[in-house]
Amino acid sequence: MSRRLTTDMSGGVQRGVALLLIAGLVLSVVLAAGVSFYASSSPDGLETVAADQGFADTAEDSALADSPFADYGVSGVGQQRWSVALAGLAGAGVTGVLGFLLFRVLAARSDRPTPRAAAEAPGAGGAGDGAGGNDPSGPGPADLG
Amino acid sequence: MHIPDGFIDAPVSLAAGAVAAAGVAVCLRGARRTLDEASAPLAGLVAVFVFAGQMINFPVGAGTSGHLMGAALAVILVGPYAGALSVAVVLLVQALLFADGGLTALGLNTVNMALIPALVAWPVFRLVVRGVGTARSTVAAAAWLAGVLSVAGAAAGFAVEFAMGGAAPVDPAAVATAMIGIHVVIGAVEGIITAIVVGAVAAVRPDLVAGLRGLRRPAVPVREAVPA
Repeated sequence: MSRRLTTDMSGGVQRGVALLLIAGLVLSVVLAAGVSFYASSSPDGLETVAADQGFADTAEDSALADSPFADYGVSGVGQQRWSVALAGLAGAGVTGVLGFLLFRVLAARSDRPTPRAAAEAPGAGGAGDGAGGNDPSGPGPADLG
Repeated sequence: MHIPDGFIDAPVSLAAGAVAAAGVAVCLRGARRTLDEASAPLAGLVAVFVFAGQMINFPVGAGTSGHLMGAALAVILVGPYAGALSVAVVLLVQALLFADGGLTALGLNTVNMALIPALVAWPVFRLVVRGVGTARSTVAAAAWLAGVLSVAGAAAGFAVEFAMGGAAPVDPAAVATAMIGIHVVIGAVEGIITAIVVGAVAAVRPDLVAGLRGLRRPAVPVREAVPA
């Protein structure tokens, strides 16, 4: 069964998530810092439409167009390959730090009980909120082990 | 589909900024309600993956390229609120760090690429899996459809904004037709990527896929479905 990890105690659940996270992060870094060099440089859908329909010239440079990472390169790094790779790595890193921090704070301030909190205090006050009808993902009892 | 500064006039850009702020506020509240210790890091990973995926432009013919938008896979994996937020984080980093998408257009881009696609992809995916089932092929088809329609929805969002505040005197109907037409093609690839990513996570940890929660009881062994 593909769900074997969830039958462990919570340590097993966390290991399963950790493996998925590591695999996903490695894939993301490979894409952002490696594969991105081979990305098509053709205009994207909006740019094509803007050119075809004749409003491409209304585009203005971003106020940040001269920033060191502008347009997915690192100013001062001559070799295109390394320039894109460093920009991709930096972007993935900044996005990761922002994202992990934001969602960690949101989860910590969550009204619903975390698996650990629920295990320590079964039937505690917050449980009712977490199972509320507005919650599209449900309380996820299978994770409680 | 990142809108640069200048395409859309200031009033409509400002209005979109207000809509984006309100939408992000709703998502922050919703994510606080739905995220837990296991799903929070997954949402962070989704943001990183969407950033990486958006760097890979693929050719779609006729000298045009497209790239993953990512909102569909984000909302299916971590729910509509955290999913929209993860794309919003990516758009913020792109605008501030890489000058990709205008600063005055950040609200427009957030509405088009985070909020509208989340509003489209989540109900589409849930309706299909709820109505048809959670077999692997059904999940893939639902994810594909959510991906296509999310990108078409984003293109339609731009078309409406252009009709309301396009800086150039160009026929909005022609722009709408061209935008949606080309983005259905790009969306077809988005759908394939969405189906592959959702399928991969669902194969390893179906319990982590927010879009499949509350539906999979028959596939879950009883001893796991009942907590000790």
